Amino acid sequence: MIRTPLRPLARILKARERGEDPGAIAAENLRLRHEAIADKSRARAEGRLLVLGAFFAVAFLTIGLRMGTIANSAPEEPRTAATGNPIIGQRADIVDRNGRILATNLETHSLYAQPQHMIDPLRAASELKAIFPELDEERLIKDFTGKRKFVWIRRQLSPEQMQQVHDIGSPALLFGPREMRLYPNGPIASHILGGASYGREDVASAEVIGVAGIERNFDSLLRDPANEGKPLQLSLDLSVQAATEEVLDGGMKLLNAKGAASVLMDIHTGEIIAMASLPDFDPNNRPQVLLTGDQSDSPLFNRAVQGVYELGSTFKIFAVAQAMELGLLNPDTMIDTKGPLTWGRFRIRDSHYLPPSMSATDIIVESSNVGTGRIAMQIGGERQRAFLTSLGLAEATPVELSEAPSGAPLLPKNWSEISTMTISFGHGISDSPLHLAAAYSSLLNGGTRVLPTLLKSDTVQQGARVVRPEVSARARSMLRQVVTRGTASMGDVEGYRVGGKTGTADKPKENGGGYYDDKVIATFASVFPADDPKYVLIVTLDEPSENSGDKPRRTAGWTAVPVAAEMIRRVAPLLGLRPQIEVSDVASVTLTSN
Amino acid sequence: MMRAVMYLMAALSVMGLAFWAYQENYATQQAIKDVRRLHAQIGDAHERLGMLRAEWAYLNRPDRLIDLAEINFDRLGLLPLGPEAFGNIESIVYPLPDILPITDPIDIRSVTPGGGEDPL
Repeated sequence: MIRTPLRPLARILKARERGEDPGAIAAENLRLRHEAIADKSRARAEGRLLVLGAFFAVAFLTIGLRMGTIANSAPEEPRTAATGNPIIGQRADIVDRNGRILATNLETHSLYAQPQHMIDPLRAASELKAIFPELDEERLIKDFTGKRKFVWIRRQLSPEQMQQVHDIGSPALLFGPREMRLYPNGPIASHILGGASYGREDVASAEVIGVAGIERNFDSLLRDPANEGKPLQLSLDLSVQAATEEVLDGGMKLLNAKGAASVLMDIHTGEIIAMASLPDFDPNNRPQVLLTGDQSDSPLFNRAVQGVYELGSTFKIFAVAQAMELGLLNPDTMIDTKGPLTWGRFRIRDSHYLPPSMSATDIIVESSNVGTGRIAMQIGGERQRAFLTSLGLAEATPVELSEAPSGAPLLPKNWSEISTMTISFGHGISDSPLHLAAAYSSLLNGGTRVLPTLLKSDTVQQGARVVRPEVSARARSMLRQVVTRGTASMGDVEGYRVGGKTGTADKPKENGGGYYDDKVIATFASVFPADDPKYVLIVTLDEPSENSGDKPRRTAGWTAVPVAAEMIRRVAPLLGLRPQIEVSDVASVTLTSN
Repeated sequence: MMRAVMYLMAALSVMGLAFWAYQENYATQQAIKDVRRLHAQIGDAHERLGMLRAEWAYLNRPDRLIDLAEINFDRLGLLPLGPEAFGNIESIVYPLPDILPITDPIDIRSVTPGGGEDPL
């Protein structure tokens, strides 16, 4: 563009010759130029606005279309986001402390029918009946010929059964994939594992849910996909559990007992290494819950956790240990054991003749009710109650089983003087064998509280102090003497320095009104090795009787003790304990002398 | 002139980038396909592994092992582990010293009268 100078002298002169005003011409020129500039910039701004408008329109259109497609398309798993493992969505396994499988999953199939596609319903029904004898043929025919469009036939099939159903060749019989919970060890540890069943069911899959025991307690953890199938590791040892159940089963049959229970616990960590309750069941095929009668007769009943019994003389050590802790006596203090001890209309006497005065150790060794009752009177009900509570004997065990809360102890409503006396020798208070195991562990491990657990843990529990370490050592020494020269003489296992206390409690009649003469609960609560405690073992037999002699023997010394001894003989080597030749009891001599 | 070269270069680079993006896109899709196939394979392998583990656990269940030990007692003589299975370190004999090498062998045959067979 050629610039026109605003005030060139030549043009000004020319304009003046023509009589025009050069100033006005210049102003007009300036106006025209400004107008041109304004037009141009307006056009540019309009263009820019147009482009911007187009851009926004395209952007909104794109987002709108994308939203539309997302809203209309079927949901799809993000394939590229590679966080976590998309494959392991199964219920997690349960393994023992060495990683051996206790519960796992198996792929199987369910069988269902769509009767509208059925060609020959009668033949299909009869063929199915031939494969699965438990099916009701009438019912099948009714379902297949009726109006129903969908019928479940079986929840699980073995591969052989599936092939047989294929061979029927009916197009209406269809299979859906199913995951099934498998307990490969059968009835071993059945009460702990509990069992599993199906929750919500669909043709393509079904939810596996835990119905009892640890499966139910940890149901949400086992099902949580965030765990990526990490197995749940228990404190149980499969070999030890199997050996325990074998010995307990043999003992129960030999001694004509109705039921039996045992708990083997690590005294420092509180881990339950083996826990058995007989009779048991197969968790792969869990029996129905009893609808009538006594639940404790059902094989589903876990005697070790749910069964609360009066555990008898096994409680005596608590009274004596508490008296030692309070400084009321030492192991050599002589106690008056002249019987009977009368309180109101109650009379407490001993089961066999005992001298009129005995040392505290001998009261435990000879199991004197009168002596323990007198010691309990010195302690008093309040302090006794507080001590038993501190051992965990007054509330349900915190073990990780869904049944644990139902094993709450039965305590006297009114903790009177007579209750204090009877509780000191284990009557008038009912606890489960697991309670007793935890209490013995707490008392004998050096005196710190231990909570029972079924999960593997490598750390020693740092519980509250229950008794002083010296008292714990003296209690162990007393229990050792029960085995070497007292009521549990059959309990000695060479090399393992077993210490323990027997307990024989008459069973209370179900409908009240006193106790049976010929039915007892025999218990042996033991610790081994007594000088360096590692494990506590409780064995309880329900209504045992040893019939080899002239008249049946029912005391724990003849029934529970030999079973426990055989169990320790079998189990201790599996736990890696070397038998040791006992050195003379120097340690306990020094301890008892101070 | 310079400007034309610049335009050409820019156009070429856009084409080059477009080609690269196209290839990357296809490579990514192929990788996704591979991953999906591998996931499926891993899933199958997991299933097989789970089945084998379950089978192993079932075959090694204590009840069966006890029965097998009883059936094969004649051949194996297996007993439950007892305290007597632990040995004592003192009860193991020291290794016998090696026999010293014979440096001056004596020909016994020449000594044996009558040249009969060596009774040893």
